Amino acid sequence: MTRALWTHLAKELRIEWRSLDAFVSMLFFSLLVVVLFSIAFDPSGEFSRQIAGAVLSVATLFASVSALNQSWAREIRHEVLDAQRMAPSAGADLFLAKVIANFLFVTIVQLILAPVFLVFYNLHILGEGWLLALVLPLGTWALVLLGTFFAALSIRSRNRELLLSLILFPIFIPALLAMVRASTFILTGESDPMLWIKLLVGYDIIYTTVSLLLFDVVFQAE
Amino acid sequence: MKKIAFGFYATLTIALLLWGFYQAIYVAPDEATMHEVQRIFYYHVPSAISAFLFFAISLVGSIGYLTYRRSQPDRAQAADAWALAGAEVGVVFCTVVLITGPLWARRAWGIWWTWDARLTTTLLLWLIYMSYLLLRRFAAGPQVRTLAAVLGIFGALDVPIVYMSNRWWRTQHPAPVFGGGEDSGIKDPAMLHAFNWNLLAWIAWGLLILALRYRVERRQQKIDEQRQQKALEA
Repeated sequence: MTRALWTHLAKELRIEWRSLDAFVSMLFFSLLVVVLFSIAFDPSGEFSRQIAGAVLSVATLFASVSALNQSWAREIRHEVLDAQRMAPSAGADLFLAKVIANFLFVTIVQLILAPVFLVFYNLHILGEGWLLALVLPLGTWALVLLGTFFAALSIRSRNRELLLSLILFPIFIPALLAMVRASTFILTGESDPMLWIKLLVGYDIIYTTVSLLLFDVVFQAE
Repeated sequence: MKKIAFGFYATLTIALLLWGFYQAIYVAPDEATMHEVQRIFYYHVPSAISAFLFFAISLVGSIGYLTYRRSQPDRAQAADAWALAGAEVGVVFCTVVLITGPLWARRAWGIWWTWDARLTTTLLLWLIYMSYLLLRRFAAGPQVRTLAAVLGIFGALDVPIVYMSNRWWRTQHPAPVFGGGEDSGIKDPAMLHAFNWNLLAWIAWGLLILALRYRVERRQQKIDEQRQQKALEA
């Protein structure tokens, strides 16, 4: 934990606190996805337990993509991005600060969304519910980490909004699968989700390491 | 001299392909349970092996580009051309695998597709390298090489994870024909013969296209460089 990281993190949180742009749009968007899915599937009882984990994961995925683009796009104005590039602090600090900030935003959105979920899908958790407090943060970390990295990668290209989804979704699929399987097993209590939680931990460790190592390469690419 | 060698290699490759076709369709014996449909195996498996080979070439090219991009720009550009050519040829082979697979599965399993470990891995590999090619198309300027190299490494890292996760999920694909345990391996020598000829022929064909694509990309790089030079001088 360096001082540069704290400075970046405080800056990210302050910007978001003043506008709440990303947060409000994410919250409303994911709420819309949840409503759309429950109208499309008309879930009840056992069936709602089967799909609730998947709907929550996909809703988070779609909602965060829009916010992640914003987190780099606002650095373009007034050439802030170029200034950051020239700054003596390591690019990895900036990256990690953005990941942590976005992680907090998405987690808060999920916390607000969880009760809505229980109501709309009439959920009654059959497995060990506290494990969800492990699965969701791990999955969210994977999503936000890769999303922030690829948003930085696609920031200077044509139609960057679309490109982020195009390169993020394929690589995120294994983490999504693990997140969906684990949360479904917890909700239905059918079998042990530990294997999938382990996969998520491994995925997070591998990609956190690689992202931190390769971020400066992407950031300084010219 | 180079041209003659290239022409000789191209002719040899086409002859190999014809010979492989003859072996697969006319010489190889009829399979006991699947009959004629099994012959698609002589195209499906060599294509799958080739796809993995060319994606590996692409990965090596990506790593090479990131290694040399500051110290030896020319070598880095060559590595980048290998990365691009490998990804393109790999995607073509991967497409062949994804088309021939369901054709066989419809007869053998009664379904076109199933979310099995190897099927999902192959589909994901195809998606990842398609996104790699899309990135190269959308991102403009010289930085695209660096960005693509990073994405290539990220994508390659994903493949073992996908494979493991899907093995835990479900598996329906036939057990590996080679190195899959006691009962694996092709028992009939005539079948093995046909398979080996086709494997050789398709890898040779892939390398031919790879070399051509590499030459085209290198020329494109030279043209771009000259254009930049001219713009600077003007």
